[in-house]
Amino acid sequence: MSIRVEDLVYVYGEGTPYETRALDGVSMEIEDGELIGLAGHTGSGKSTLVQHLNGILRPKSGRVFVDGSEITARGAKLTGLRRRIGLLFQYPEYQLFEETVYKDVAFGPSNLGLSEAETDQRVREAMFLAGLDFESAAQRSPFELSGGQKRKAAIAGVLAMRPDILILDEPTAGLDPKSQSDILRMLGNIRKSRGIIIILISHNMDDMARLADRIFVMEKGRIELSGPPEDVFSRGAELRGMGLGLPEAAGMIDMMRDRGAEIEGRPLTLDAAELAIDRYLRSKRARP
Amino acid sequence: MAKHAERTIIRIEDLVFEYARDGEPGPSRAIDGVSLDIQAGSFTAVIGRNGSGKSTLARNINALLLPCGGAVYVDGFKTSDAASIWEIRQRAGMVFQNPDNQLVSAIVEDDVAFGPENLGIAPDEIRRRVDAALGAVDMYGERKKSPHMLSGGQKQRVAIAGVVAMRPKCIIFDEPTAMLDPQGRAEVMKILGELHDEGITLVLITHFMEETVGADRIVIMDAGRVALDGPPAEVFRHVGEIRAMGLDAPLAVELGERLRKRGHYIPYGLVTVEEMVAYLCR
Repeated sequence: MSIRVEDLVYVYGEGTPYETRALDGVSMEIEDGELIGLAGHTGSGKSTLVQHLNGILRPKSGRVFVDGSEITARGAKLTGLRRRIGLLFQYPEYQLFEETVYKDVAFGPSNLGLSEAETDQRVREAMFLAGLDFESAAQRSPFELSGGQKRKAAIAGVLAMRPDILILDEPTAGLDPKSQSDILRMLGNIRKSRGIIIILISHNMDDMARLADRIFVMEKGRIELSGPPEDVFSRGAELRGMGLGLPEAAGMIDMMRDRGAEIEGRPLTLDAAELAIDRYLRSKRARP
Repeated sequence: MAKHAERTIIRIEDLVFEYARDGEPGPSRAIDGVSLDIQAGSFTAVIGRNGSGKSTLARNINALLLPCGGAVYVDGFKTSDAASIWEIRQRAGMVFQNPDNQLVSAIVEDDVAFGPENLGIAPDEIRRRVDAALGAVDMYGERKKSPHMLSGGQKQRVAIAGVVAMRPKCIIFDEPTAMLDPQGRAEVMKILGELHDEGITLVLITHFMEETVGADRIVIMDAGRVALDGPPAEVFRHVGEIRAMGLDAPLAVELGERLRKRGHYIPYGLVTVEEMVAYLCR
């Protein structure tokens, strides 16, 4: 599984006073098994870009290839493609609608024409991956669940389709810290057990630093920065100029450097910052 | 501490609140005996997990919900006294999580004028208030726009302006930044700081620990009760308890704790990243 995007251009409201070039020449390649972070402030084009990956939107120009075949070609068949790409919008729990969690998660697979037994297996597997206890949650109404559990139920509904590419738009927004870390741990597990492509759209640079293999940063419909987290987060000033920031710990280390502290490496997480600051304090004490 | 912090403006006395549950025999108790006195001009952050009762508490302050037990007073008016409801809502305004659910008009300045118009204020005074409120949230330049043309942070600032234009003594913010990007969050938090400087009493409900470090006081709710209550430096000495409630400590506090375990002397009471950096690089 791979994704290749070539020089994509998309215009909203063409010919109206509100005409906006939402994508302005975007190119990217994503390899099998990668977890990609897609950052950029509101209106930078992230959601528009991912909606091109499963053919919800068609570009004004440019091409998208999934597994080598061009999905932007005239007459390309998109039904099979959409089964392989799971797209989870923001606040996906607003899309829960069935009487029970079980029925909600089973909705996708049962529409694929799978047998009851196979649907059942998929529901159990998806709930397990999403971190929902089958025994206690399957027969409950999704509307009785807590915010974090509702979000997990919505994610399970997408996982039950066994997508090869999973795209999540701000999957932790509005959740408390415990539910947020549950969801991040779940994404890490899915990546490990499934080896699928995961695209995580987020403003949360700490989540990106923890999980992403590579990060793409968008601004005004273009990809302005891309690379592994260490590279992207070495560009603090540029990120701030785009209304974004660094992971909290990396921002703190930058502030220490600005005050003349000599700190080795580029710690991005709290664990890494703890080690780096420990070393810094020891070497400072060792000096006369 | 805030300069006006002498008089109690919100008094919550042994508050109990229960929700009825469909298909269940008993109600569910969201607030289980909370007492708090909030001083005029102070900035109180209320934090807790989803379901800890913090939003229910907020809705009890301006009489959107009424107590099942105990009482809530705003500037001396009791919320359960039906005759006082307009007095209370003029004194305690509320800003909610989703800006899209709070804007009612097709033009920004009309939206801000909606509240004062309903108070029966003279048109020229409304004009002054709307302009001042839009200026206060830095949205005067966008006053003729349609709210749907704005970013989330801008919409939320318009919602705040709509409340500010009513000239309330207190504003209760119920997770105002939960749906915003980092820039929008920073914009809204800056406005909160300015409203605090003007002497408006602020109650901020949030899950973002970092937003609480600038408050005068932090109240941590857990299972419908007040678990911790005090100034940030004092509350954050209880990192273990905070973690056990499913919350994260702010970065500076967490790092201080870890460095202490590694044998470094780090004073307690450093709660912001700036304070911690200043100490480490002294």
